[in-house]
Amino acid sequence: MAALSRAEADARSPVVFDLHETTVRALNAELHAPSATSYEVLHPQGAHSLGAGIHDEIDVAIRGHAGYFCAGMNQLGRVVVDGSAGNGVAENMMSGSVRVRGDASQSAGATGRGGLLVIEGSASMRCGISMKGIDIVVGGSVGPMSAFMAQAGRLVVCGDAGDGLGDSIYEARLYVRGTVGTLGADCVEKPLRDEHVAELTELLDAAGLDHRPEGFRRFGSARGLYHFTGDHGSY
Amino acid sequence: MKDPAERGLRESATFDRATIAAIQHAARTGVYDIRGWGAKRAVPHFDDLLVLGASMSRYPLEGYRERCDTDVVLGDRHATRPLHLDIPVTIAGMSFGALSAQAKEALGRGASEVGTSTTTGDGGMTDEERGESKTLVYQLLPSRYGMNPDHLRAADAIEVVLGQGAKPGGGGMLLGQKISDRVAEMRTLPPGIDQRSACRHPDWTGPDDLAIKIGELREITDWEKPIYVKVGATRTYYDVKLAVAAGADVVVVDGMQGGTAATQEVFIEHVGIPILAAIPQAAQALQELGVHRKVQLIVSGGIRTGADVAKAMALGADAVAIGTAALIALGDNDPQYAAEYEALGSGAGYYDDFQDGRDPAGITTQDPELSARLDPVEGGRRVANYLRVLTMEAQTLARACGKGHVRHLEPEDLVALTIEAAAMARVPLAGTSWIPGRGL
Repeated sequence: MAALSRAEADARSPVVFDLHETTVRALNAELHAPSATSYEVLHPQGAHSLGAGIHDEIDVAIRGHAGYFCAGMNQLGRVVVDGSAGNGVAENMMSGSVRVRGDASQSAGATGRGGLLVIEGSASMRCGISMKGIDIVVGGSVGPMSAFMAQAGRLVVCGDAGDGLGDSIYEARLYVRGTVGTLGADCVEKPLRDEHVAELTELLDAAGLDHRPEGFRRFGSARGLYHFTGDHGSY
Repeated sequence: MKDPAERGLRESATFDRATIAAIQHAARTGVYDIRGWGAKRAVPHFDDLLVLGASMSRYPLEGYRERCDTDVVLGDRHATRPLHLDIPVTIAGMSFGALSAQAKEALGRGASEVGTSTTTGDGGMTDEERGESKTLVYQLLPSRYGMNPDHLRAADAIEVVLGQGAKPGGGGMLLGQKISDRVAEMRTLPPGIDQRSACRHPDWTGPDDLAIKIGELREITDWEKPIYVKVGATRTYYDVKLAVAAGADVVVVDGMQGGTAATQEVFIEHVGIPILAAIPQAAQALQELGVHRKVQLIVSGGIRTGADVAKAMALGADAVAIGTAALIALGDNDPQYAAEYEALGSGAGYYDDFQDGRDPAGITTQDPELSARLDPVEGGRRVANYLRVLTMEAQTLARACGKGHVRHLEPEDLVALTIEAAAMARVPLAGTSWIPGRGL
């Protein structure tokens, strides 16, 4: 798990991209073939696709709000959004880390296959939809239909989870500290054993969030939808 | 026993034998039928159109002397590296998982030999496929199985799949017998489960979002790759307009005859429209937007012959894609396996149980022994031969119409044999100037 190296990043002198003066295309072109290890993006103003397609171990600090697909498909990069993020932040992330200091819109971490996504605020609907190995830690709450068809990885919600949590879930593990509206099809509560407390401790530490792991509940798949039968009303 | 018809017995047109068998199967199992292939019902198709060769009013080209070009450029609207294909017949998206690795490799070999593209599917990109495909289109599907930015960058084009002709509005299926360890690992799924793919993309909703998604894909790939948008044929006029508005470089329209690896029978036979009805809608949408031939149109769903290729292009397509026909060229439904098809309860020429993983031809299976029956080199040669024949047939018809390029074929070169086909294809009924819906 790649913890954020903020102190390390701050120690370097970042290359500054002011989006009042240049374009997202110019920014991403540089991030795809980086000549430095640390970048700072000023005046993002909700632009889309900021830092999408990073595939090097670089630090990118976005000073403000990001639009859709910020840090999309990130590999190895360490991205911090000093603001909120729009739809699909860190979608299909492969590795590295993304931290959103504000809130995140829908589909945060969608289909992510690795790495760590931390949302210090809350996340909207479909957080972790179809996640495939990513770890997501949300400091606040998540909206309805989060972890829909979640295949692998871990979603930690320090606040509440909306309706339909984990609908049609496969092998992802979900941890919720607050209330859960309703559980989705085939998602059930499971015992919180020692190994789960251990991995929760690790995830909360990596996210820099101070909660007692024992205060969380665990949810996962009942594995009742793994084989089509006539008993499945929707199948 | 004498044939029932010879004994004067009358079969119901409404409750025919296939319908009776389906009811009996449903009553016995409580499960609906899932199968592969595409729509088997008769629908208006290219066979209902005829090409008007040259005579006094048109000047033909000499078959052996005069050039009739077949190349096509795809994706030059925005991409800095558009595709340049030698022939306008491409291989449609079919997944590793649905198909064996050998079949995927063979398709890549065949396509590469004749200078055209092949396409991944709902299971990610395999090394075999990338290695043997000179031009490979990488699909971005709702499931995102195996989606990898390294593969996006390694691809030659990207196809955002909203749907397919066999099941517009439905997601993919792969039953447990085909979820081998390798397939499971690529898709991040437990081995052996019955898998249903999502039917909606997980991170965008609607055409405005799609425009932003396409923008992200362009950013990730530094604006090099053409972006296709594929839709199943339904409300084609509107879908094509929205795809163009979202920024597509290429629009792919797949008719209801398009194949699938596994879908509910009720979906295959009852959802979507024939490709014949979709092409004129797509062409109209592109023309109204002023982007016909600038945003290229690829059509698929029931392409079998060079005549189909020529007719599709005359109606406005820039290229076609083949799926089922390519599998047949590889050896699907080959009579040499007749006894094995019958042992499976099917027959050569009827086999459509692509979902159950026991394909005797080694194509729609993950069984190591069955897969090994398909030699990718020999299979690739067969696919290449077939693609050459399709191209030469299309050239033959284009020359007969006096065209120096197959793309120069136009609706004026066609007439229809039936009123239905005339109405759908928007060409006159043969021997008349009547296009139903347009008056006299």
